[in-house]
Amino acid sequence: MLSVDIQQRLGTFELNTSFASAAPVIALFGRSGSGKTSIVNAIAGVSRPARGRIAFGERVFFDSTTNLWTPPERRRIGYVFQDGLLFPHLSVNDNLLYGRPRLPRARPQIDSEKVIALLGLAPLLDRKPAALSGGEKQRVAIGRALLSQPQLLLLDEPLASLDGDRKAEVLTYIEKLRDQFAIPIVLVSHALDEVVRLADTMVLIDSGRVTASGSVDDIMSRLDLAPATGRYEAGAVIETRVESHNARYDLTRLSFTGGALTVPHVEADVGARVRVRIRARDVSLATREPQDLSIHNILRGTLTEIRDETGPIVDVRIIIGEAALIARVTRQSIDRLSLKTGQPVFALVKAISLDRHSVGYA
Amino acid sequence: MSSAEIDVILLSLKVAFWSVLLSAPLALITAYVLARKQFVGKILFDAMIHLPLVLPPVVIGFALLMLLGRKGPIGALLDQYFGIVFAFKWTGAALASGIMGFPLMVRAIRLSIAAIDTRLEFAASTLGASRLRVWTTITLPLALPGIVTGALLAFARSLGEFGATITFVSNIPGETQTMPLAIYTYTQVPGAEAQAIKLCIVAVLLSVAALAASEWLNRKADHHAQR
Repeated sequence: MLSVDIQQRLGTFELNTSFASAAPVIALFGRSGSGKTSIVNAIAGVSRPARGRIAFGERVFFDSTTNLWTPPERRRIGYVFQDGLLFPHLSVNDNLLYGRPRLPRARPQIDSEKVIALLGLAPLLDRKPAALSGGEKQRVAIGRALLSQPQLLLLDEPLASLDGDRKAEVLTYIEKLRDQFAIPIVLVSHALDEVVRLADTMVLIDSGRVTASGSVDDIMSRLDLAPATGRYEAGAVIETRVESHNARYDLTRLSFTGGALTVPHVEADVGARVRVRIRARDVSLATREPQDLSIHNILRGTLTEIRDETGPIVDVRIIIGEAALIARVTRQSIDRLSLKTGQPVFALVKAISLDRHSVGYA
Repeated sequence: MSSAEIDVILLSLKVAFWSVLLSAPLALITAYVLARKQFVGKILFDAMIHLPLVLPPVVIGFALLMLLGRKGPIGALLDQYFGIVFAFKWTGAALASGIMGFPLMVRAIRLSIAAIDTRLEFAASTLGASRLRVWTTITLPLALPGIVTGALLAFARSLGEFGATITFVSNIPGETQTMPLAIYTYTQVPGAEAQAIKLCIVAVLLSVAALAASEWLNRKADHHAQR
């Protein structure tokens, strides 16, 4: 359980943040400049807040009421900085070993061979950081943090400085480390697809304050938070399992509490948990079950909320089984179909809209 | 070259070597403080450090003579309790040239420390490194090009030191007569131009060598960081 409750003034900016979570991956989500990095800096011990308390499990790192402050070198928190911050004068190998515990008898739980193999670092060991690509630097930075045997890993925008292909590459490595090492992760991000793919719990940060926190599915399906998560990107997240693959058409059928979704082929075994993000703009509504349609995914549900907004476009929330979806329709459609809360509706989702960026392996 | 001239050159090198070696740690600390710390009176402190660069060297020499001469307030104490005497000794020449070269060394080191991304030190501390280990494994190696450049500049400056040295420790052959002082002496003696010119050539060669070495080390450090 990580609990953070800190107050700090930084110029005209005021940080006043409080959240607690025991999730394996906690995402701090918000736009740039919202104070996310200040929060992880305080958790790592790189900066000291004016007031508050920071604790992880049994250990209290900071408590302003008792004037307790643990310096960063005694926290055992791995911190992967946005731009990697490899030591430029040391080789990759020496960077990796920098944080290795100095006590010879303490047998490391995370051994270097495993990390080097996981992150594909073997060919890079003799190089200097200046000779690495952005993605390679980030992988070395992650490896270096892991080998310091941390109890908690902080990833500050680990993908922000990378281009598309490198992003996908490093994202895959982060997924692997999440699955292979039982180290809780705090992920700082302003990119929704990363958060949805990696995190369990999401803490929304705006202007130094927590505007909402909860499971990724819950937060994503809340209509009132759509502006915070981004207009264009707004959408819900559904936890599913792979039910079957259709090799002939290269499709995968995913089941969840409210039914099933057919999506383009997903690289996962039958039975595997898969998280799907469905953007609100990809969901249409019908009051009767449509016939003769090219759309695969027709889900029966109940309309539970119509976001009260002026303007031509309205977000509505539909509960399907235990999952929630958001649909974005025009206000004219709401009136034309006389949609009301509590009413049964059919949500239509095009399979094609679920590309590989919308699907994550949970 | 006569053995007297070789002695002059060796004495100059000895004075320069010790002046650099003993002022380097102090210059490192001063440079670190100036590069990283904010405190009341920093501007004044900075100006004090730079004084030898702008003051006439004879002023520094005279001040040293007043303070550290056998009768001076500090000199008398050092002599009485520690048996350390600077006046009219080669150690005094090393002290005088160390002071004259100090601002050059501080400037070079300060620039290289200021160029270090302090977040690298944070990164090291999150990896479990104590402050001492951060200093010795991150800060110091990254500042090394500046330290070497500063030391070589101060070394070259020491070889050329004249005014403060002659004022403080006088011009004693075999004890305080470094190259510039010997050249000056030869120019005052009719018919000794040949000796003066020989020493001038040696002075030029040594200075060029020191500057070339500092440039070479700088390039090597750059290359090293990029490889």
